[in-house]
Amino acid sequence: MSVHTPEQLAHEERRYLQVFFWLAFLTALEIGVIYVPGLPTLAIGLVLVVLAATKAALVALFFMHLSVEKRTLTYIAVTPAVLCVLLIFALLPDLGAITRALTHADRPAAAAHAE
Amino acid sequence: MSQAAVAEHDFGVEPAESPLTPESWGKLGMWVFLAADAMSFGGLLAGYGALRYGDPTWPIPSTVLGIQLTALMTFLLICSSVTMVEALASIRHGNRDGLIKFLVLTIIGGMTFLGLQSFEWTKLIFNEGQSVSKNNFGATFFILTGFHGCHVFGGVTYLSAILGRAVRGTGGAIIMGVVGAAATLVVIAITSHMVSGFVAILGALAAGGLVYGVANALKSSTGAYSAHNNNEVEIVALYWHFVDLIWILVFTFVYLIGPRS
Repeated sequence: MSVHTPEQLAHEERRYLQVFFWLAFLTALEIGVIYVPGLPTLAIGLVLVVLAATKAALVALFFMHLSVEKRTLTYIAVTPAVLCVLLIFALLPDLGAITRALTHADRPAAAAHAE
Repeated sequence: MSQAAVAEHDFGVEPAESPLTPESWGKLGMWVFLAADAMSFGGLLAGYGALRYGDPTWPIPSTVLGIQLTALMTFLLICSSVTMVEALASIRHGNRDGLIKFLVLTIIGGMTFLGLQSFEWTKLIFNEGQSVSKNNFGATFFILTGFHGCHVFGGVTYLSAILGRAVRGTGGAIIMGVVGAAATLVVIAITSHMVSGFVAILGALAAGGLVYGVANALKSSTGAYSAHNNNEVEIVALYWHFVDLIWILVFTFVYLIGPRS
């Protein structure tokens, strides 16, 4: 990034304040969403994930200047996010494994008690 | 430009003199470090999700964790990110006093965050009976937020060192790094004994005042940064924004997502 003229710096500072207000607004929205009556838990979860991703993107694009950096640097930053999503998919078979293990552990004891 | 570089340029390959980050290799190094660090947090968050999913004994976050307090902590980190970009903008204007002022404000933001986190942990451990070994909730919560807290502590120390370098070169960096780390530890220690969030805020303000005072006492004409030499400030800013970014995700996944009480 090589933005150093006074006009560009002044423009950047205005942008920083705009981003700050958006981040504060989205945080308030996140807090508000969890108290909305009648919304299903899954819908709240999805809204929260979208809001968090938006906030993270705002920080990366404007505070970390990815919006004006070379594209390869963006690839470096995005790669871990993609790998983390893959990791989550890799863990899908293990979701609820502890609950299942506890259920199986309880079954013989319950069966013995019934006998 | 060397002959090899000219040859590379002719074939459309980026020459060695023009890396991804022409300002410094340090900046590229920080980006690579952050990418690796993001994987650490990604692994912890994915493990957290895998353990939490379907566990009927998992507590409802809003009943155990203080959402209002952590919302304040999130807001504090966002504010400290803004003071960090203002610090960088100041030095790019050639305004060294502005750099010092905004760096100190950023450090105070980090110290307050750690003080409030220490307060939160104290409440969870001594009032709620939670611990890292009690159950999966305690294990994942304390490891995840603790790992992030270590990053904030490292960030405050790093920022203090950069502040020291801004006021008095390398010697100043060492002194201010030690002062910043010690002041933060004092804030954490005090907050873990006093059951009040206000103590964290007051303690951080006092510690920030101390850091500012020492920086002013050290101030000399040998400060390292100027309008044309501020790469190190940009690099520490990248680290600090990353810490903010990760907290945004931790706040959502650990504190907000889940059934309501």
